[in-house]
Formats: sequence, structure tokens, C-alpha cells
Amino acid sequence: MVVTRRLLLATTLALGLPLAAPQAEPMVESIHFLIPGGAGGGWDGTARGTGQALVRSGLLGNASYENMSGGGGGKAIAHLIETADRQHDTLMVNSTPIIIRSLRGNFPQSFRDLTPIAGTIGDYAAMVVRPDSPFETWQDVVAAFEQDPRSVKVAGGSVRGGMDHLVAALAFAGTGGDPMSVAYVPYDAGGDARAGLLSGETDLLSTGLGEVLEQHKSGDLRVLAVSAEERLDTLPDVPTLRETGSDVTFVNWRGFFGAPGLPEDLADRYAVMLEAMYETEAWEEVRARNGWVEIFTPRAEFTDFLEQQEAEVADMFERLGVETVR
Amino acid sequence: MSEGILIGLSTAMQPLNLLMVFVGCFAGTFIGMLPGLGPISAIALMIPITYGFDPAAGMILMAGVYYGAVFGGSTSSILINAPGIAGTVATAFEGYPLAQRGDAGKALAIAAYASFAGGTIGAVLLLAAAPALAAVALSFQSADYFALMVLGLTAVSAFAARGQFLKAMMMTVVGLMLATVGQDVSSDTYRFTFGQVDLLDGFSFLLIAMATFALSEALMVVLRRQMVAPEALAATKGHMGSLALSRGEIREMVPAILRASPFGFLIGVLPGAGATIASFLAYGMERNVARGEAKARFGKGSVRGLAAPETANNAASTGSFVPLLTLGIPGSGTTAVMLGALLSFGIQPGPSLFQDRPEVFWSVIVSMYLGNVILLILNLPLIPYIARLLTLPRQILVPLILFFSLIGVYLVSFNPFDIQAMVAFAAFALVFRLMDYPMAPLILAFVLGRLMEENLRRALLINDGSISFLWERPICLGITIVTIVVLAVPIFDWWRQRRVVTAGEGG
Repeated sequence: MVVTRRLLLATTLALGLPLAAPQAEPMVESIHFLIPGGAGGGWDGTARGTGQALVRSGLLGNASYENMSGGGGGKAIAHLIETADRQHDTLMVNSTPIIIRSLRGNFPQSFRDLTPIAGTIGDYAAMVVRPDSPFETWQDVVAAFEQDPRSVKVAGGSVRGGMDHLVAALAFAGTGGDPMSVAYVPYDAGGDARAGLLSGETDLLSTGLGEVLEQHKSGDLRVLAVSAEERLDTLPDVPTLRETGSDVTFVNWRGFFGAPGLPEDLADRYAVMLEAMYETEAWEEVRARNGWVEIFTPRAEFTDFLEQQEAEVADMFERLGVETVR
Repeated sequence: MSEGILIGLSTAMQPLNLLMVFVGCFAGTFIGMLPGLGPISAIALMIPITYGFDPAAGMILMAGVYYGAVFGGSTSSILINAPGIAGTVATAFEGYPLAQRGDAGKALAIAAYASFAGGTIGAVLLLAAAPALAAVALSFQSADYFALMVLGLTAVSAFAARGQFLKAMMMTVVGLMLATVGQDVSSDTYRFTFGQVDLLDGFSFLLIAMATFALSEALMVVLRRQMVAPEALAATKGHMGSLALSRGEIREMVPAILRASPFGFLIGVLPGAGATIASFLAYGMERNVARGEAKARFGKGSVRGLAAPETANNAASTGSFVPLLTLGIPGSGTTAVMLGALLSFGIQPGPSLFQDRPEVFWSVIVSMYLGNVILLILNLPLIPYIARLLTLPRQILVPLILFFSLIGVYLVSFNPFDIQAMVAFAAFALVFRLMDYPMAPLILAFVLGRLMEENLRRALLINDGSISFLWERPICLGITIVTIVVLAVPIFDWWRQRRVVTAGEGG
């Protein structure tokens, strides 16, 4: 049987195998990515996208992936801790929910039981209205809320007590409102919540900025405020929540964790490898395709950030009357 | 719009994607031809295989599989009088007599032309209807979605085969119950998890689809061995008769196709009523329209009697994509599985898909249509060879399907618990299948259950706890009235039958 080059090429493409061998010596031999959710989700895309960029750019020799869904990520965390001794080449992807879910007691562990490597990408929260909304500024929304909290129905793409609800409650509480009386309407995902806002059934949308940036620019939606520290270069005319009087900042991050007891030198090397990735074309391609925002926070800086976010979220839960375990 | 179609076309025409259609059509025809296995099983089997594919390529493969499976079902209906799925039962009415007469090739050719024409006219209507409905759908609120899903679930039971209304309703309830397992989306509490970590996320859709369709259908093949007519078996061994149609036959076929296409499409758009109802109704309509000699030929191998249901089931399949793509609501078991497939590619159908990512919206439509075209080009000349697959021993086929179902689910979750749950559900499905309970309402209710609950609870939150939206919102009120009418159909049927029986006893 004659195997032509073309057939070989077609097979290679079909199987998604890398065409060219990576150049030079890779910084890290191999990484096993542990994904706490099923194929096709946000965690899955982050881990596979990162792995792909690392291998293509030659920083990493070999990447393998394992999906382990269950318990909102709890199963994968438990697995990583139980088998820590033989997981030195494993990186688990995770994001803001690890803080929220461990505070709420959905699983008994927290980020402290793992080795934080680095936060890699992130997204700010945005408060959004319809283009024809009577609310011109965030202050208008607050005024309406103070008159009658039920007149401002807030849509979000997470459960009650989840991220979008939390940020909206934080924002209203920042100006002295009662976070308990926020009329939060949960949707399955950010896109559904946006459709709900557009259909007119809700008045305000609390979501990730990345999900509404394009529509804000095209005029299909209006972003009233963002949860960043300072005004963003991409949206110079949109104020931050801090400017409007709610002392709230929030970033939804995604990042990587190693097994507990991972040797320091290995953990540092992984962080250096991730930092080097930002300069590569392979990464830029993956990043642009997904619209990710870079927020590199390595090692100790990452741990500080997680601790600070945990304290903020715990404080908010207390004010919301949501039970927490810490 | 034309720009969207062009982008869709140029994506679909890439060599790799064309290869996908080819592979999909072949695999789909093969699976669909096995008696008892239909498009739902075929698509469910493909979902794990296409993980990690580029969405366009994956969608195109699915489209090929889908049309292939529908066509494969017609093939086994015609050749061995064993419809792969309910949607091709009406095909056997005229197709099998034709095959017995030695005109198997002709019957298959008519089925292929009619399917193609139905799909084509359906696609044109879809191009016109989908954007218009998507625009309207933007103003749909949670309350309207809830009412529409109640309609879909009611209709799928009300239109179930005669005497199956209660059985279908029971399966709907089972599906709704299964959908409540896991994290409650509105309040973040866990329900029916019994402290099991594996149940926290609920049952995966793929698991339920594979267990209630692929696995249990394959097991049914083992349990029910159909008698096969020798003439038809002869056809499968290569004596097909001519594939060519005479001028008179074409003249008879074309008007039937033109009548059945828009009719089938409209039936398909209705939530709950799909290819099966469309094919039966189209067959009945064609028989009523026929006069004199043409009417006498019905039941003995009528060309138009074969063309009408074949056209209608394809047009209806295309029509059922209207609610799926514009509202994100599947109206039938098959589109429920399609929704699962789309979600696995990261495509969330709904009004915002059309607005935000028109290129995806159009490439789904174009690839669906391409599957239809390639099927005609490929399958027509290959019919005699493909038909021989029917003679492959079941001892080989059935284990293969069981293997692919189990491995397919495992390869997505990597969780052994899923395998155990799947086997348990397959056993449950098998028992209920043997008692003649339909499984499509179960899978539809399982998919819609979560959505329906979420939308109801949102509507209640927005209305501060009052259900007045059911009659205060005009769209909601309209849909609710249709639901009540649909529900009255089987009740009226039952009442009329009872009256006939009592009258008979009295006389």
C-alpha cells in the first residue's frame, strides 16, 4: 500500500497532531493538565489552549490532559491531594469559583491545600443596561434601587450566591444599599442572562466584561461601570465602580495549581514557563481567539491575591447572610 | 444574510470537511439501516468522537450522520420491512411492496430523490423562516419559554402513537425527574444526590441518550429477531432491479413531493411534532388526494405513496431546526440530541447565536444542507453495496455498538460511575421498551426539564411570585391555549372511541 505524503498530511491534520517538532530544548519536559470539568467548558478551553500554546512555542515538550468532572471541581481537587506524591508534573486549572465554592462548603478543601503556580488570565465584572434603558449612569441605578429594590431586576449568569450575584450585591452595598434586597435573577450562562436583559424582563446585567465588550462598542448594550481598579485602556469613557462611590474591585481569574508539597524549584519553573508564554505567537493566537485578558500573577503574588479575594468574598457572604464554612 | 451563507459554504467546501460529510453519511447510513437504531443513536454515538474537532468539521460530520441515518432507516424499511425508526414506518407501507415486486432499486431511488427534494425545499424555507423567527425570539421572556416548553412536552405525548398517550406522559415525568438530580441552578442547593460526589453535577445528557437509545436499542436487536422476506434478502445480495425511473413515475412523484415538502416543514416547526407525525400525515394526505386507479395502487407499491412520507420526514427534520436554532428549544428527541451535539462544540443555539455569531448559525444550516446533497450523490450509486451490510452478522454489529456506546461516554467524563449508571439506565430502558413505552419523550423531558424549571423560577422571581404571567402576557396566553387544545386531542380521541364501543354494545 502506498501512503502518499498528502494522505499522511491529511491524517496528521485530522488527528490534530503537531506538524513540526518544537525547536531547541523545551523549558519543561512534560505537563499533565488536570481539568476539574468536562470537555468543552471554560476550564477545558483554558487548559487545552494554554497547553497548545506552550507546546507549539517549544516551551513545553509534551502536554497531556485529563478531564475529571464532579462536585463542581471538588473531585479533581481531592484526587490531586490524595495522589500528590506522584503528581509533580500535574497542573490543575481553576478559577474564582474555587474560592466561592470552598467558602460555601461545596467541597472541604481550599486553594491553601494546593500549590498556587500563577493566575494567567482574567476578566473584570461589568454592570450593563439596554441601550434604551432609562438609566444613564450607575448612580441612576443606585437611586432607583434605593427607592424600590424590586424595581431593579438584576440578571446574571451564575447561581444565587454565585459570582455575578456577588458582584452586583457588592456594588449596591458599596453605596450603602442593602445587599440582601437585590432582586437577583439567575441564568444558566452569561449569554442567556444577556438575552434576558435584551428581552426586557430584567433591568440590569451583572456579567464578565469580556462577554459584553463587543456589544458595548457596537452600541447594542451600554456598560455603566466596571469592577477594575482604574479606568481601562479599552474603555476610557466607562467609570469604575470605585469612582461612582462603591468601593468595589473584582477580577474573575483563571490560573494553575500544583499538587500540595510540590518542590519549590519545580513550582517556580512552571511559573517562569507560563510567563515566557505571553511573548509567543502561539499564545497570542489562542488568546485572541478566546478574547482572554492577561493578568499574570505568579507564585507568592498569586497566593496574596487569592487570600485577599477570599477575605472580600467571605465578608460579602456575611453581609448577604449566606452561610460560609470559614 | 448572503454573506453568511457564503462563509458557511466556503467552510463546508474545504477538503477535510467534505471528507467529514462522506464519513458521516456512510456511518449514519450504516447505523440507521440496522433495524431499531435511528438518528438519535447515530448522533449520540458520534458526540464523543467529535470532541476536540473544530466546530464546523464536527457539525458537518453530524449533519452527514443525521441524514445518513434517516436514509438508512428508509433503506431497511424498503428492503426488509424493518423500519430503523418511527419516522420511516410509513415508508415501508409502499416501499416494501415495491421491493417484493422486484423493484427494490427503484424504491430506493424514489426514497433518495424524495428525501433530497424534501430536504432542499425544507432548507429554502428554513433560510426564510429562521432569521424572521430569530428576530421575534429576541423579545421572548422566561415566561414565554416556559409556556413553549410545556407545549413541546405536551405535544410529544399527545402525538405519540394511538393508545400511548399515558405511557408517553409517564416517560415525560421520568425524564423530568432525572433532570432534577444535582445542583439546583437557581439556589445552589443539591437535590437527590444521596451524598454521592458523582451525582453532584446530575446525570450527563450523553449518558442518558446513550443508555436509553444506543445501548437499549442494540439490546432490542438481540431480543427481537425480525423475519426477513426472501425477495428482500435477494435484493440485499445485489439483485436490486434497475435504479432508473420511467417518465410516468417521475410525473407521479413530483406533485407528491411538492405537496409533502411545505406540509412536512410546517409540522416539523411545531414543537413536539416531528418527522414521524409528518410522514404519517403526508402519507394519509396523499392517499386522500389520489383518485381512481392511482388510489387503488396504494398498499401495492404506489410511487407517490412512497415519495410523500419520504419527502415529509426530511422536510420535517429540517423544519425542526427552526425552534432549535432560533429559540434553543429542541422540539423532538432527535433535535434534543442535536442540541447536545451543538453544546459539545461550544455552540449555544438561541436568538443570541443568530445575532452574535451569524457565521456559526449559517454554517450549521449550510452543513445540514450539504449532508443532504452529498447523501444523494454518494448513496444512490452505492445503494446496492451498502444494502449488503444488512447481511453482516448481528453477532459482530451489536457488540460493536455496545462497545462504542460505553467507551464513548467514558471518554468524555473519564468517570467509571458513568458506566455503571449507563448500564442501569439501559436495563431500565430495555424493560420499558419491551412494554412498548416510547423513549423519545424521556430524552426530550430530560433535556427540557432543567430549562423549564429555570425559566419558570425566573418568571416567578421577575413577577414577584405570581403566576399571572400565564394569562397577562399575550405570547404566553397564546401558547397556553395551544397547549390546552393539543392536550384535548388524545382525550377527545379516547372519548370518541369509548362512545363507539358503548354504541356498539348497545346495538
